[in-house]
Amino acid sequence: MKNHVLRPLFVVLGMVALILIARMFIVPRDFGIGDRGYMYGWHRRGNEEDWKKFKVKYMGKEYCKDCHTDKYDSINKTPHHIIPCEDCHGPAGTPEGIVHYDEKLPKLPIDKSRAQCLRCHFPLPYPTSFRSKIRGIDPDKHNPDIECSTCHNPHNPMEGLR
Amino acid sequence: MVHGELWTVKELFVTPNEYIYWSIQIVMYPFMTGLVAGAFVLSSLYHVFGIQKLKNMARFALVFSFALLFAAPMPIVLHLQFPFRGVEIFMTPHFTSAIAAFGIVFFTYGAIVASELWFLYRKHFVEVSLKLREKQDKTLVEWIRYFIFCSLTLGVYDVSEESLHRDEKAIKFLAGLGIPVACFLHGYAGFIFGSVKANALWMTPLMPVIFIMSAIVSGIALCMLTYIVTMEIRKFLAKRKRASYAGLPSQEQLKSVEISVVQMTAKYLLAFMVAAISLELLDIIFRGYTAVKSWDILRSVIYERDFGDIFILQYGIGNLLPLIMFLVPGLTIRRAVLASVLVLFGVFMMRWNVVIGGQAFSLTFAGYMHYHLPIVPHNWETVKEGLVGALGIFIMPFVLFTVITKIFPVFESQEAH
Amino acid sequence: MISRRKFLKNAALGIAGMSIPLAALEIIDPKKLFAEVAADKAAVRWAFLVDTYKCVGCGMCVKACKLENEIPYDANVTRTWVERYVLTKTGKLYADTPKGARDGFTTAKIDENADGIKDISKEGIEKAFFVPKLCNQCDNPPCVQVCPVGATYQAPDGVVLVDRTWCIGCGYCIMGCPYGVRFFHPVYHTAEKCNFCYHRITKGLKTACVQACPFGARQIGNIKDPNDPVTITMRTQRVGVLKSEYGTKPQVYYIGLDEEVR
Repeated sequence: MKNHVLRPLFVVLGMVALILIARMFIVPRDFGIGDRGYMYGWHRRGNEEDWKKFKVKYMGKEYCKDCHTDKYDSINKTPHHIIPCEDCHGPAGTPEGIVHYDEKLPKLPIDKSRAQCLRCHFPLPYPTSFRSKIRGIDPDKHNPDIECSTCHNPHNPMEGLR
Repeated sequence: MVHGELWTVKELFVTPNEYIYWSIQIVMYPFMTGLVAGAFVLSSLYHVFGIQKLKNMARFALVFSFALLFAAPMPIVLHLQFPFRGVEIFMTPHFTSAIAAFGIVFFTYGAIVASELWFLYRKHFVEVSLKLREKQDKTLVEWIRYFIFCSLTLGVYDVSEESLHRDEKAIKFLAGLGIPVACFLHGYAGFIFGSVKANALWMTPLMPVIFIMSAIVSGIALCMLTYIVTMEIRKFLAKRKRASYAGLPSQEQLKSVEISVVQMTAKYLLAFMVAAISLELLDIIFRGYTAVKSWDILRSVIYERDFGDIFILQYGIGNLLPLIMFLVPGLTIRRAVLASVLVLFGVFMMRWNVVIGGQAFSLTFAGYMHYHLPIVPHNWETVKEGLVGALGIFIMPFVLFTVITKIFPVFESQEAH
Repeated sequence: MISRRKFLKNAALGIAGMSIPLAALEIIDPKKLFAEVAADKAAVRWAFLVDTYKCVGCGMCVKACKLENEIPYDANVTRTWVERYVLTKTGKLYADTPKGARDGFTTAKIDENADGIKDISKEGIEKAFFVPKLCNQCDNPPCVQVCPVGATYQAPDGVVLVDRTWCIGCGYCIMGCPYGVRFFHPVYHTAEKCNFCYHRITKGLKTACVQACPFGARQIGNIKDPNDPVTITMRTQRVGVLKSEYGTKPQVYYIGLDEEVR
């Protein structure tokens, strides 16, 4: 028997061959070096498209304008014009891709909780931050048991109160 | 609960996504691979450097290293959120990542150990398979044994002096080649941590070297321990049941534990332990001296919050105490056993203090995270990443060892090589 | 004396031999391996601008991000968050980020996690501000470097993405990020982080957080376009980035970045 010493090496090479064959079946065809090189771009190309296809939920303020013109115009005359509608009304679209207005989504929720308004209107006197410039109330003293919207119309907050 | 939330307690200022993601299994992994590397280096001390007194230990260490090799990837398998996707390391390795080295290094190392074992036990495989071939009425177990041993010969039945001589040369070559590969096996584990610039405790070029040194320490300690324990069990069994167990060698055939082997092995353990401690202390001293931005929070973690874990458990009980126990002249078996157990504990605490310690402070340098190891499991996650999972993995190599000694017997009445 | 035939034969061989190494260079193109050439040619490189003077800590951005990107609302992880820094007259710094500011900041007390809620009203405030944070989509992303299987990568326009079908969940990228923006998605169990609402910006929309912010504290733009308002601001105003010492080259720029920011 000439050189049996190399036998184990052949077994190892056989295993490597098996791995390389398995690779042909397991690794997606579009896997490779991308535009950012091997260090930063080693990936499956198709994933970029996968992410682009993710559903858009938030439509933005202009999307609401045509059907809800009155509210849109009303809020635009107040300091609340900076708040996008969906901040209080939630996104117009759902993860399933249904977008209001749709029979399956005829109404969007309204966040009327005190917590929502306190996000900005709990006063924090922080020098150098714009937060200190927003007028606020002490939630424990200012009508603690009722929703803010009982007296304040969010689309026209000082309506009837000045 | 998000992953990590169950066993993490945040204090002061911690960013929202920070949890202890790398928990007990990531402590176990370098511990296990360290035992693998250490056992192999011990074995190679005989095969490469011809230190005759380590001959018995060498065979034992090599087989144990092989048993450990199968247990070593288990912590990773349990830790991964997608264990079956783990094959991707072999399919699309991203070599800029230290973890991608796992595929190549483990495979190479496994190939070397398996090949070395083959050369070492080849004569045994041939003898057993030839003997079984002659036997006319084989039971099912004997058929299975015959099949296994025939395959293991890889079709080579030549056991002449010349071929055995070639085997020895191959063993020497593989043992020599295996030392740097074993170092790489554990060095890369150290590199995994040392190269993470985002972690102020882990980031140091010393990390791979510290890991290798303490790996060898742990490997030697484990082999010494298991060798002693196995010898004592054999002596005990032989004394009690010599009559009914025909296969067991008699008391004369059994070699008693050679205290000189243990003493010799202990010297190597001490040498590597001194190296490991020196490097770790160098790291701490250097950090305190240079006092970069992270020093304030690290100081509070090392010298205040984790003082017990680091200086009492790891350096005190795990390093200083066994150091003294080994150095005091007149080393007995009992003292060696206790000291080895303490050394293993010390090495485990080192892994713990690196992995958990590195996550004990927040990226903000203004907050802390405390780790509660899940003791009593109540779901799969607390089994996987809890005490049960860790213990299971620690026991696994011992169980595997008893199984594979049926194929690779470590105590031969006749020495093959 | 060499014959004409032999001379021609040797010359042909010589020229063929010399051309092989040149051809080989084409096949083993080092540019492809280390390339950022293709990315340099990209027309778009997204960058983000945060104005910490304008941010009031309302947390609408955090809520919008969670809903737009389907991160479970009650899970204690978030792709973006807002930190509050309060420097008191005693010289102490307090900082917190209760639930990542998902519900805004509706108390002056500081949330110190397991150390409790701290009332600092007696100490007096020297300065205080809010700092929104999100993935910096770094030019040298350390998280991409450490991914062992190529599940996370950088797109040519600079956004770092995660392939949910390929991520093995080892967590190395999470440990590798100096900014703490990565986490495990509670449902998909893959690595997750802000991706600049890639599905929106590639359609010409703004990111959910930019759109939701009432105060214009967040802006996104293309720094390759010299007329982009973000580009102009970056070039003309004093801006800073987070943790530049790590060499990651982050692409989120902050106006009014204080040295106390972590």
